[in-house]
Amino acid sequence: MKDGRRVYLDNATTTRVDSRVIEEMVRFLEKDFAVPSSIFSHKDGLIAKEAVEKVRKLICKNLNVKEGEIIFTSGGTEGNNMVLKGLLNKIKGKHVITTGIEHLSVLNVIKFLEREGVRVSYIPVDSYGFVDLDKLKTLITKDTALVSVQYVNQEVGTVQNLKKIGKIVKEKGVLFHTDAAIGFPYFDIDVEEMGLDFVTISAHKFYGPKGVGAIYVRDLSLLSPIFHGGYNEFNLRPGTENVPGIVGLGKALEIFNKNENQKVKELKYYLLKKIKEEIEDIRVNSPVDKSHPGILNITFYFIEGESIVLRMDMEGVSLITGSACFSKSLEASHVLLSMGLTHEIAHGSIRFSLSKYNTREEIDYTVEALKETVRFLRKLSPLKREE
Amino acid sequence: MSLPYSKKVIDLFLNPKNVGEIPDPDALATEGSPACGDMVTVYLKVDKKTSRIKDIKFKSFGCASNIATASIVTEMAKGKTLEEAKRITWKEIVEELGGLPPVKIHCSILAVDALHAAIINYEEKHGLVKEKIPTDENLIKKRLRHVIDPNTGKDIVGSRLIESIRIKEGKITIVLNIDVDNQFANAIKEEILEKLKYRWDVKEIEILFHH
Repeated sequence: MKDGRRVYLDNATTTRVDSRVIEEMVRFLEKDFAVPSSIFSHKDGLIAKEAVEKVRKLICKNLNVKEGEIIFTSGGTEGNNMVLKGLLNKIKGKHVITTGIEHLSVLNVIKFLEREGVRVSYIPVDSYGFVDLDKLKTLITKDTALVSVQYVNQEVGTVQNLKKIGKIVKEKGVLFHTDAAIGFPYFDIDVEEMGLDFVTISAHKFYGPKGVGAIYVRDLSLLSPIFHGGYNEFNLRPGTENVPGIVGLGKALEIFNKNENQKVKELKYYLLKKIKEEIEDIRVNSPVDKSHPGILNITFYFIEGESIVLRMDMEGVSLITGSACFSKSLEASHVLLSMGLTHEIAHGSIRFSLSKYNTREEIDYTVEALKETVRFLRKLSPLKREE
Repeated sequence: MSLPYSKKVIDLFLNPKNVGEIPDPDALATEGSPACGDMVTVYLKVDKKTSRIKDIKFKSFGCASNIATASIVTEMAKGKTLEEAKRITWKEIVEELGGLPPVKIHCSILAVDALHAAIINYEEKHGLVKEKIPTDENLIKKRLRHVIDPNTGKDIVGSRLIESIRIKEGKITIVLNIDVDNQFANAIKEEILEKLKYRWDVKEIEILFHH
């Protein structure tokens, strides 16, 4: 902005850690730095143990856990790996159902399982990313062992109806996993009501630290560990507990304020309104009313996403695109393509993701810069006729 | 840490030269498509007597690497004869730009290809081309020298990623020495198809991965 401040609109990638979270973490780095596995040796370990168990309880309360356990992980990717790979012995030779819009930490693990002898089906999604419930019903067979559907999409913000999906899945007696890394705790999760057997969560998506997350597991006996070592975390996740991280996750959850959701959502609507007023030839790829409060995905026709992102970066605004040129695999966003959108729409797509720290002033500045960027690039584009 | 682009690339990306269309051009060519995420159109005005490029302009749908390359290609070609301009290679361009990240080199080839295609377009229009050349192994290799492996930033022929090429009754089978799980396997496959599928005598292309 004019005063040199940057506008960070990439909060679905990661968020700024709340200072109250940092304060709590520092205590467990500096003063109470022992680990829970030392409880039989000394009191210092007991303090750590208490702190970790408090967070476990808090997550249980949040997810309405009646049976099963919470296991701390290093984040969403590890959580998804622990659930999906950890089930391999149980699902080998059987059938798994997922969607094409999952995060790569689900999709690429499922591809791995496929090579290990698991059959896979993908539930189709509509042009806003909602799974086809009728199709799900017909996909489940007597061989189906697991259904894995994300809660909220990372690129367009689409929120799945886990209650309805869970009902279908549970009627057939099939295991149900959700990757809730983006959705939790922005949207409620009730593992009983939703029939969930596994849930993956991650702290840094809601103002907590990176490198920590958790999974909910209804029946621990179903999982085999994917790492081998000590006997921490119910013998499922060896390694010294990341106490400062776990405590940070707990604090972020404790102070998470659903009223702030509303503020972020209003800002998102304000951004959308301003873009619609200032820039023509756009497609809104997010189902705005049924999506994550902070995520807004828009395609600017005739121009390519990386160019938009790079020019916006020079203006001090941080964004990402679903364009192939930007991705590490040189392929356009698998999410937008799975939604049935064309490569062209995917290449021009931009994800704005807002947080509680963004302001109206920042949005005004962003739209001004965006307007100029889009104008400039469209002048350059062979697809846009000069007027 | 700075952006993964040289200062020159960024300068040309922000202020590209020779942007626009030439009304009533002597030749033009478009390479790429919006579907593959990069597209460049090059317009030429050629002095008939001297065969020199009098004016050249471009329009681009693409990333920074694509736009900067198109800008520099047009600058380099301006004033050159068609024969001189044909000899501009992507390697020269990349050097002129102060290098590109390996993963971005493939985006830069398009502008060079569009220049070459526009020259061929001119030659065809003015009866300067010989008859249709059949697609043989040499021609395929020549074309595939314009397909870049994003892992290394080198072309797939020079870096020996092609295990074998077979041509039989209009069907080309290419075996690549790349693991099917390589993160760029599909991107390389798509680019090979793009380079060969419009050949007049090619009916079918099969790309196989070594494993």
